[in-house]
Amino acid sequence: MSAEINLTLKVWRQPGPSAEGSFSTYEAGGISTDASFLEMLDIVNERLIESGEDPIVFESDCREGVCGTCGLMINGRAHGPQKGTATCQLHMRSFSDGDHITIEPWRATSFPVLRDLAVDRRAMDAIVAAGGYISVNTGAAPDANLTPVPKEAADTAFDAAACIGCGACVAACPNSAAQLFAAAKVQHLNLLPQGQPQRWARTEAMVETMEAFFGSCTNHGECEEACPKEIPIDFIAWTNRDYIKAKVKNRKLAD
Amino acid sequence: MPGSLDARIPAGPLAAKWTDHKFSMRLVSPNNKRRFDVIVVGSGLAGASAAASLGELGYRVKVLTYHDSPRRAHSIAAQGGINAAKNYQNDGDSVFRLFYDTIKGGDYRSREANVYRLAEVSADIIDQATAQGVPFAREYGGLLDNRSFGGAQVSRTFYARGQTGQQLLLGAYSALMRQVAAGTVELHTRSEMLELVTHDGRAVGVVTRDLITGEIVPHSAHAVVLATGGYGNVYFLSTNAKMCNVTAAWRAHRKGALFANPCYTQIHPTCIPASDDFQSKLTLMSESLRNDGRIWVPLAPDDGRAPHEIPDDGRDYFLERKYPAFGNLVPRDVASRNAKGVVDEGRGVGPRRNGVYLDFADAMTRDGETLIRAKYGNLFDMYERITGEDPYRVPMRIYPATHYTMGGLWVDYELMSNVPGLFVLGEANFSDHGANRLGASALMQGLADGYFILPYTIGNYLSDFLGDPALATSEPVFAGAEQAVADEVSRWLSIGGTRSVDYYHRELGKLVWDYIGMARNQTGLEKALSEIPALRDEYHRNVRVLGSADTLNQSLEKAGRVADLFELAELMARDALAREESCGGHFREEHQTAEGEARRDDENFAHVAAWEWNGADGPQTRHREELAFENVELTQRSYK
Repeated sequence: MSAEINLTLKVWRQPGPSAEGSFSTYEAGGISTDASFLEMLDIVNERLIESGEDPIVFESDCREGVCGTCGLMINGRAHGPQKGTATCQLHMRSFSDGDHITIEPWRATSFPVLRDLAVDRRAMDAIVAAGGYISVNTGAAPDANLTPVPKEAADTAFDAAACIGCGACVAACPNSAAQLFAAAKVQHLNLLPQGQPQRWARTEAMVETMEAFFGSCTNHGECEEACPKEIPIDFIAWTNRDYIKAKVKNRKLAD
Repeated sequence: MPGSLDARIPAGPLAAKWTDHKFSMRLVSPNNKRRFDVIVVGSGLAGASAAASLGELGYRVKVLTYHDSPRRAHSIAAQGGINAAKNYQNDGDSVFRLFYDTIKGGDYRSREANVYRLAEVSADIIDQATAQGVPFAREYGGLLDNRSFGGAQVSRTFYARGQTGQQLLLGAYSALMRQVAAGTVELHTRSEMLELVTHDGRAVGVVTRDLITGEIVPHSAHAVVLATGGYGNVYFLSTNAKMCNVTAAWRAHRKGALFANPCYTQIHPTCIPASDDFQSKLTLMSESLRNDGRIWVPLAPDDGRAPHEIPDDGRDYFLERKYPAFGNLVPRDVASRNAKGVVDEGRGVGPRRNGVYLDFADAMTRDGETLIRAKYGNLFDMYERITGEDPYRVPMRIYPATHYTMGGLWVDYELMSNVPGLFVLGEANFSDHGANRLGASALMQGLADGYFILPYTIGNYLSDFLGDPALATSEPVFAGAEQAVADEVSRWLSIGGTRSVDYYHRELGKLVWDYIGMARNQTGLEKALSEIPALRDEYHRNVRVLGSADTLNQSLEKAGRVADLFELAELMARDALAREESCGGHFREEHQTAEGEARRDDENFAHVAAWEWNGADGPQTRHREELAFENVELTQRSYK
């Protein structure tokens, strides 16, 4: 049943990329437990605008958990307390009257803060540009049923492809590593027959681009815990395997 | 002077038009492609597929998107699937059948030649996406699986769980990023197009505002491609993503591009009803739920009992009652209007009396919870996450919500608007869905436009300009457009009113929903035409946009978008008023059969209405493009 709760928010405010940031405290009274977390912030922003204060900048778009635009550290947890749930799908019934909630942007040096809770995640696009594709020009594709794909392979590839690119894995990682994101991208294609011709080149390029931007994985497993799509870290293990093979194969092929 | 518009549809038999036209269009040789600059605005299915394909061909492409990454575009949220006439199921599908179903589903208000071409290239899209690694659902033998969708009697829908749009967009995005890495595409994220630049009547570039720094940037090119999506957010509450807007298309309209059929909007019947006044958007629940759920409301208005306390003789299964043949599976528009009908009678359910039940109790008894969970588990979980109610125990509550807009910028057969050099793709154009879009056809159209149509037709336009450089951004037309953007930005910041942009957007949405929603009538539309401009005037006087121009300022971004939605809303009302018939998503209460069904007027309205901007002070002029039906017979839809 819906109820109204009163909250105290501690929110990271930072006027711009190079400006100093600090926490500001806001009282958020009379919030319906039916509101989503972002709707709660919408309400707070309406009140801020009314009182002449700059609203809190946070990003969101689809609000259905699939575009990956939103993402906040809520009480120190990427996307907040509900497992397998992006910030936009988190609802206030996960909180209680009188709660204090700390809201921060993704914390990672490779995601510089743009303003308040918005960060720059272009480094993830750079990983994809390094090889997260199958090189097939428009019009050159054979009939889709020419190459059967075992259902299990297609389903597992889908599990990896379900990544929404939100960056929660990076934010949750003590090393700010992007292994889960990169591994999901690598394995989506490496698991499919269509992805085999470029498998080794792709793996090496994507892993090394990732290393250029992000920290290294030391198997904490926080990424899997934070992932709103519950992508398993098995993909990281498989990518590590592929990377070692790739280093050998790519050297051999280059000779 | 309003005359009939020429869509430049090639002559010849329907099935040969595209093939013949591809041969007759002029080509640009590979070494000359490198000399042409093309701007693509938007990075959804249509924009990303177009930009990637043009880059592969060798054009110099610039992609502009207001997202932080091209992969965020709203195509990503499409759930159900993508149609293609592959006939993999051996169930009698063909290009002609897909064409026929789409024309009929659109209630005979789309162009035969365009729709046939769409059906023709549909199979190539599946090939392309599969080669890119899109993980479509498969059978145990490893071949592609299909399912059926509304408005069709064959299984031709390809799908990737409930995230087909996401997977297709990731495919197009990967192709795009490959071209970015190859250097053929220059990607500008967080860049919002705010002006179309024209010179000698042609599109020669755009002006953007950098959403992080506020910098106003001119971009010139030989051609401009808009792939900027639909305008469903004119209702404020819709299933569209929060940032979806009409601004790019509208700014082009203000520079002379005709806006076609703005009153054709699609209301999806199965969405989760709004829970409170703070509701920021509505969430769609897949149409497939109507296969097993029964839709009902209490017989008596204001029946306060919990659903399980209401016995069968106290329930009204209104779709089964009125449409015994199709029952709960009537098309989207029919299901939506009937739900509105019972809610308007005071028989709505839920705390706000704004929904109808979608009840799985019978299906659970018949099939068992395990089977229902296997079929719909993810949807039930999503419903519970949003409402806090368990649909395995309590009936779902659903209500219609705006989902898609069939109207958009007018384009000819080559997807070029009436402004030479301005091409429009995907949901942003008006071309293929008529007055109602069938499920699983939006993804098909976006990718058809981007992968397989524009790459051919743009060459036919560009070949006139061999050797001509793109207009320099130092030319006065660019300075003028940049100044217009700068003036607009400072105007918003200087109003200093009392209410937020969102407040006005919400108020606008209520007017549009009430008067130009699921059912329209003359009185309501006339009210819309006086109340919308009045609210718009207040908006321009009283909106409060805080902060400055040189930072990330979301209120400022939204201010311009909502201003454009206000102007669009007025045009929607004008268009709905002029269209004295009911067709597809446009239901005029004055034009219905004795049974309350939509009644078309083919004699007077078998045409496209395309509106020409006449300046801010006067209404647009209505032009017509007559629709010729040579290959299908126009019939009245019946689902009894």
